[in-house]
Amino acid sequence: MRVLVQEAPFDLAEETARFAKGEGGSGAIVTFTGVVRDNDAGTLSAMEIEHYPGMTEKALREIAQQAVTRFELQDALVIHRYGRLVPGEQIMMVATAARHRRHAFEAAEFLMDYLKSRAPFWKREITAEGEAWVAAKDEDEAALERW
Amino acid sequence: MDVLYFAWVRERIGLPRERVESTAATVAELVEELRGREERYEMAFSDLSALRVAVDQELTDFDAPLQGAREVAFFPPMTGG
Repeated sequence: MRVLVQEAPFDLAEETARFAKGEGGSGAIVTFTGVVRDNDAGTLSAMEIEHYPGMTEKALREIAQQAVTRFELQDALVIHRYGRLVPGEQIMMVATAARHRRHAFEAAEFLMDYLKSRAPFWKREITAEGEAWVAAKDEDEAALERW
Repeated sequence: MDVLYFAWVRERIGLPRERVESTAATVAELVEELRGREERYEMAFSDLSALRVAVDQELTDFDAPLQGAREVAFFPPMTGG
C-alpha cells in the first residue's frame, strides 16, 4: 500500500506500470485518474488545492487500509496533489489490485467516494471573474451511504 | 493547544494557526470562547453546520471532549478527489 501527497505532477504511465508489476496473484488492476476540469464557461485559469499536512496523509492511509481490508485487495495506491493546477492537469490517482475485477472496481469507487469528502483537501477555483472556494456537494456526502 | 484554520475559515479569521490557552471541556465550548473574542471569529463560526472539526487530526463532532488535545482544526466540508 502506498500513499503520496505531493505538489509535483506524477507520471500516470510510470505509476501504473510500477503498481501493476508489484505482486502476482492479482487478476485485476483498476486505475482512476482525476483531472482538473474547466468550468462550463471555459474560463477556469487555475485550481488551487489546500490541504492539512499530517492529517491528509493519515486520513488517506486510513481510507486505503479500509479499502484493502474490505475488498481483500492485494495492493492499493493513492496519489493526491496540492498547490496550483491548471485545467487538464492530473490532480490525483488511485489504483487497486485484487484477485477479481469486481473487487478492484468497487474498491476504486470506495476510495474515490471517501477521498471526496473525508480527506482534508479544499479546492479553490480561479477565473478571470475572481476566485471562489468550491462548495462540497450533498451528493458527495450521500455517496458514502452506499458503503 | 494549537488551533488551525483552513480554506475560508482561515481567510475569515485571518491566520492559519494560533496558540490558544483554554480550559474548554469540549469543542463547542472552545468555539464559544473564540466567538466571544472578536467579530472575525463570530463571522467564521456563525454557522456550525457549515464547519467540520478535527481533534488531533481525527474528524470528530462539536461535542467531542478536548481533554489532552494538542491540536484542534476547523474547516469547511472537504472537497478532495
